[in-house]
Amino acid sequence: MTATAMNLKGANLESAETPTQNEESADSLLQIRNLKKRFSLSGDFLEQLRFKGGKLVRHREYVHAINGVNLDIKRGEALCVVGESGCGKSTVARTVMGLLTPTEGEISYAGQRIDNLSSRELLPFRKRMQMIFQNPYASLNPRMTIQQTLEEPLRLHHPDWNRLKVQEKVQEVMSSVGIDPDWGKRFGHEFSGGQRQRIAIARALAVDPEFIVADEPISALDVSIQAQVLNLLMDAQRDRNLTYLFITHDLAVVEHFGTRVAVMYLGTVCEIATTATLFNKPRHPYTQALLSAIPRLEDDRPQHIRLKGEVPTPVNLPSGCVFHGRCPYANARCRQETPTLVTQLDGTRVACHAVEEDRL
Amino acid sequence: MALLEVTNLDVRFGLRQGEVRALRDVSFTLERGERLGIVGESGAGKSVAAFSLLNLIGKPGFIAGGSITFDGLELNSMSERALRKVRGNRISMIFQDPMMTLNPVLSIGEQMVECLKAHRRISSKQARAIALDKLQQVQIPSPETRLDQYPHELSGGMRQRIIIAIALLLDPDIIIADEPTTALDVTIQAEIMALLLELCEQHNVGLILITHDLGVVSQVTQRMLVMYAGRVIEQGPTREIINDPQHPYTQGLINALPQMATPGERLNQIRGSMPSLSNLPDGCAFHPRCDFINKANGEPRPACVQKVPEFVDSGNCRVACHMVAEMQEDRRLKLEEIS
Repeated sequence: MTATAMNLKGANLESAETPTQNEESADSLLQIRNLKKRFSLSGDFLEQLRFKGGKLVRHREYVHAINGVNLDIKRGEALCVVGESGCGKSTVARTVMGLLTPTEGEISYAGQRIDNLSSRELLPFRKRMQMIFQNPYASLNPRMTIQQTLEEPLRLHHPDWNRLKVQEKVQEVMSSVGIDPDWGKRFGHEFSGGQRQRIAIARALAVDPEFIVADEPISALDVSIQAQVLNLLMDAQRDRNLTYLFITHDLAVVEHFGTRVAVMYLGTVCEIATTATLFNKPRHPYTQALLSAIPRLEDDRPQHIRLKGEVPTPVNLPSGCVFHGRCPYANARCRQETPTLVTQLDGTRVACHAVEEDRL
Repeated sequence: MALLEVTNLDVRFGLRQGEVRALRDVSFTLERGERLGIVGESGAGKSVAAFSLLNLIGKPGFIAGGSITFDGLELNSMSERALRKVRGNRISMIFQDPMMTLNPVLSIGEQMVECLKAHRRISSKQARAIALDKLQQVQIPSPETRLDQYPHELSGGMRQRIIIAIALLLDPDIIIADEPTTALDVTIQAEIMALLLELCEQHNVGLILITHDLGVVSQVTQRMLVMYAGRVIEQGPTREIINDPQHPYTQGLINALPQMATPGERLNQIRGSMPSLSNLPDGCAFHPRCDFINKANGEPRPACVQKVPEFVDSGNCRVACHMVAEMQEDRRLKLEEIS
């Protein structure tokens, strides 16, 4: 082993021992600690009862959507969460927004715990954090005009505002997303997908939030429209000093948009790094495979890393590292022991025994 | 003569509001074993173009003009009976959603055997042997078990492999793949595309790949068509179009990709959105969004507004734009300035 490798290993060990909680909490806006969410597959109590060997037993099955996720989102950054379908990235977004209750773990916003608040107590936080959904065809109420859609959050969060003030604000937010304020009387179905997504963004921006959770906001749009909406989100970030939690499966968008990236696989975060570091030097074997699979314009003969098999079901999670069944570097330790996120020299955090042991 | 020749294809949909022209003057050729990509945004007519090749356009759509010649056969004037001998046999299709394409109440084996027996006079046993061989070719683990499984027992990637196996079942001359990987994850997409490419090369099968993903087109195809509002606006060798697009729309599309911009900077977006086919602007359909305008007054060139552009040869590519010559002149001047 070379001297640098020794150093690297030493650094790994040190940081593994220090609690990871404190290092980033200073300027973080949102903290997710050991978040777990499982969904029951077996219905209510009576449906769970089964006969087994002459006895009545209770049989329960769960989808383990998130299994111990720790994330810190710093003020002013865009944290992108990437992963393939079923990896739990949307569940993270929905749990953060309080649309789902976590099974275990804590979520704190600006230092205050929000996952156990009642909906009344949550109201002031709802004003500060807003969400943009994937499908603009489903996220706009078809029976409300655009004006009504945009007025609703304002009336809820600013009950003291008079009608004139609300209308002024709606006009302002509409023009800021590039929608003609005269279109307020129209309904959602009269607009194209790109315009609808602009309206959904306007609705999120109407209450002047500081934090926005965007769940695949451009995936349903055409290529030329994707660029428009992405530009709009970036302009909003610059002008309003927004913080984003950006959920996507499109790595090209992440490379362009993200400050930091968290890669998820089967409900766990396997690597967190700044965008440039992750794309230049992916550490985790899964990240490497994922990045090599992006279809690029330059090369006409792709050389992507082929993974064995397919993503296992989140009902019966594999033991040890969730990725071990498909990983080319897996050994006995990977099959038994679950890896934790370990900070590397350049600040990247990787959950992989092979990286830790310098086997890659 | 090319294996497949499409000339001036014109497809219309008779709707209550009036006739919508989904395809206008679409012409292209495909040689034996060649891979052709058709790109465009939703509503550009790329799927209609593919479906009309096998006359799969349902009512109220109909082919209003043009001809489709495949290996000496005139496909659009053929009887339904004769066409059925071509469909699935000499030209097969792969659709976007593998769950919708497979029959949920038949096992994989039954579906494959059914397809084989519809076109060939063979015993069920022989058909099953061929099916097994094709499943092995698409690298499905434990193919014997798969034959007796039902579609819902398989994952999305596996189902799409089965669809590819079915498409290859009768050793077709051409496979038409309509967004074959759009419903799949990136890593699975990469595997499926690599597999499709490998099999097409191995069996010398022609491929018409319809997609909105320029990255996929550039990796898989040799030639490509770019469609906009029902017309082909640019066609030529894929590499040349990707590296040096001539039509302002193609340029905009490629430049709008996040990988073309510096991270953190604004993306180069195209203004506005594609017009609806029932309400196309006069002249060049792209002119309201085109950046190539009169610099003096900021208005579009008169030619672009008045006349639909004809195809102009530009190297190995053909471009439907009035301004190609002028743009090339501009670029030449710029290059001279630099040097």
